[in-house]
Amino acid sequence: MGSVTDLEALLRPPAMEMPPYPPKVITLASGEEMVVREAVREEMPTLLKAIYPLLLVERDFYDIVAARLYAELLAFKRYRVKDEYVLVGLIDGVLAGLVNGRLVDGKLGMSYHTLTIRRGLRVGSHLFAAKMEYHIEHVGQDEVLIVAESPIGFRRWMIEYPLEKKYEVQHELGGVPSWVLTRQTYFDAKPRLVAGRRPVSAAQLAGAAAIRLPGEEIVRLQVTGEKGGKT
Amino acid sequence: MRPVYIVGAGMTRFGRSEWPLVDLASAASLAALHHANLGKVPVDAVVVANMGAGRVNRQTALGSALVDRLSLWPAAAEAVENGPASGASAVKVGVQAIASGMADVVLVTGVEMMRAVDGLEATDFVASLSHPEAEYIYGVTLPSLAGLFTRLYMARYGVERRHLALVAIKNHDNAMKNPYAHIHQTVTMEGILTAPEAIVNNPPVAEPLCMFDCCPVSDGAAALVLASDSVADKLGAPRVLVAGIGQATDTHAVQEREDPTDLKAVRLASAAAFARAGVKPADVDVVELHDAFTILEIAESEAAGFFKPGQAHKAVERGETQLTGKLPINPSGGLKAKGHPVGATGVAQLVELTWQLRGEATGRQVAKAKTAYACNFGGFGNNVVATVLRKEER
Repeated sequence: MGSVTDLEALLRPPAMEMPPYPPKVITLASGEEMVVREAVREEMPTLLKAIYPLLLVERDFYDIVAARLYAELLAFKRYRVKDEYVLVGLIDGVLAGLVNGRLVDGKLGMSYHTLTIRRGLRVGSHLFAAKMEYHIEHVGQDEVLIVAESPIGFRRWMIEYPLEKKYEVQHELGGVPSWVLTRQTYFDAKPRLVAGRRPVSAAQLAGAAAIRLPGEEIVRLQVTGEKGGKT
Repeated sequence: MRPVYIVGAGMTRFGRSEWPLVDLASAASLAALHHANLGKVPVDAVVVANMGAGRVNRQTALGSALVDRLSLWPAAAEAVENGPASGASAVKVGVQAIASGMADVVLVTGVEMMRAVDGLEATDFVASLSHPEAEYIYGVTLPSLAGLFTRLYMARYGVERRHLALVAIKNHDNAMKNPYAHIHQTVTMEGILTAPEAIVNNPPVAEPLCMFDCCPVSDGAAALVLASDSVADKLGAPRVLVAGIGQATDTHAVQEREDPTDLKAVRLASAAAFARAGVKPADVDVVELHDAFTILEIAESEAAGFFKPGQAHKAVERGETQLTGKLPINPSGGLKAKGHPVGATGVAQLVELTWQLRGEATGRQVAKAKTAYACNFGGFGNNVVATVLRKEER
């Protein structure tokens, strides 16, 4: 005790072993294929760069989602959050959206955020479904605690699945009364909400090996809804 | 009756507006007035088309509000509410004013801000046009009526989901070329119908109709400047004649119709419009239809007389209704992808057709368009206004 390394070890939360998320590919309404895969810690700087421009976008609560997600990814990068994972959706290697969450213990998951950059193609719905798939099917948890920070999220998660209230539990995101996805809810919803094919071809995996950031124009057009039209 | 010309057309981009309602209407109006280049020619009357501002935006008397915002006093002003056909009805009122000699210049503006409320309330607000005792109290919505209609149409004529998907794909493609369209996103047959993921990408709304069969909920405004022959002549603008308007009604409750697949009001309104214009469906070069649901583009194109009953879906399959086809339908992207701010829709259809006839529909121009037709479909087909426009050479 006494060295910087020893102190760092104390500052880091203890980690449990987390199974990998096997990548999958989803054909979107546009016909484009989106690879969904896990993002590793070393990719967090790239993702932080993608999120940064959204910190001041008030539309559809992008600001609060981006701010909290930024902190969560930074905490992941710097080992200040316990058992977090991040999944990304990539179209031709370009970031279309990302989701994250963490494992509370072997039986309980905590969903954090879903952020869509490429809007209008249910990218967020697909990625949220992948997140639930990870908790329930790959980690083998019984429940995932979920809240929504925007009406869009509420429609997509609470109404579409539909989730159950678990108001006696405060969610980590601001202490908001939680909703819960159970194994039963997940498997009931799976046929209509969980999509994707495995295995992903080697060529597609190679194309999704590096995360490329969307151009600022795409972010502006897709996220803020400014499509360059005339008034 | 005096002839009436469209001398100016403008609109806002459809989508989700951050502007107040009257600002939105003003933007479209100013664009149309700028297009008309009226100079010192006064606007005699303003007619505003709107369906739900009293309920959704807590604002009424929109004609008075718009005149004031644009400093057009002492122009006459009024608002027209005729459900989703409010737009074309308002144009009809403007045309009547000029044709009768009561006015020389009329500004007609359609506006709607439906996204001020959430999707469920917007759906309920539109459903309030249905029969209160026979439909609304049972939870009938427009998507549910369209779903039932689609089932009947499929059973009778062999229309399949892929035909509906082809309409959606075409209109999304067209909207990509329209900077005013709500949705700028192409879709593919694989992505919305045939891929295993399609059920997630394109979930059912009112079976067999799925998400990409339905128009979005939009805010937006569109405006036209109508003028008498003498004013149009003075302005020297390209002459787009309102050649014929027809309007017809049908039973309020769909269940009371002898044949629910027969869009009788479309048929009668279109026949009247063609008769007044002195043209036949075969003379039409470009069409805007009220495709709030993909099936309606198919059904209306038959009822209007462009195809025989049961033949339109085959024409869609052959590509005849594409931008470069024999009869381009919805070059704007239609309600399906351009968007559907209900009170603005009928005006926006005629804005698009005016641009088409003037050769100003950049990127989506139908070659050599001289005669155009629009169908503004109110209720679930119980109040329809059809309009024929014709380009006149100077």
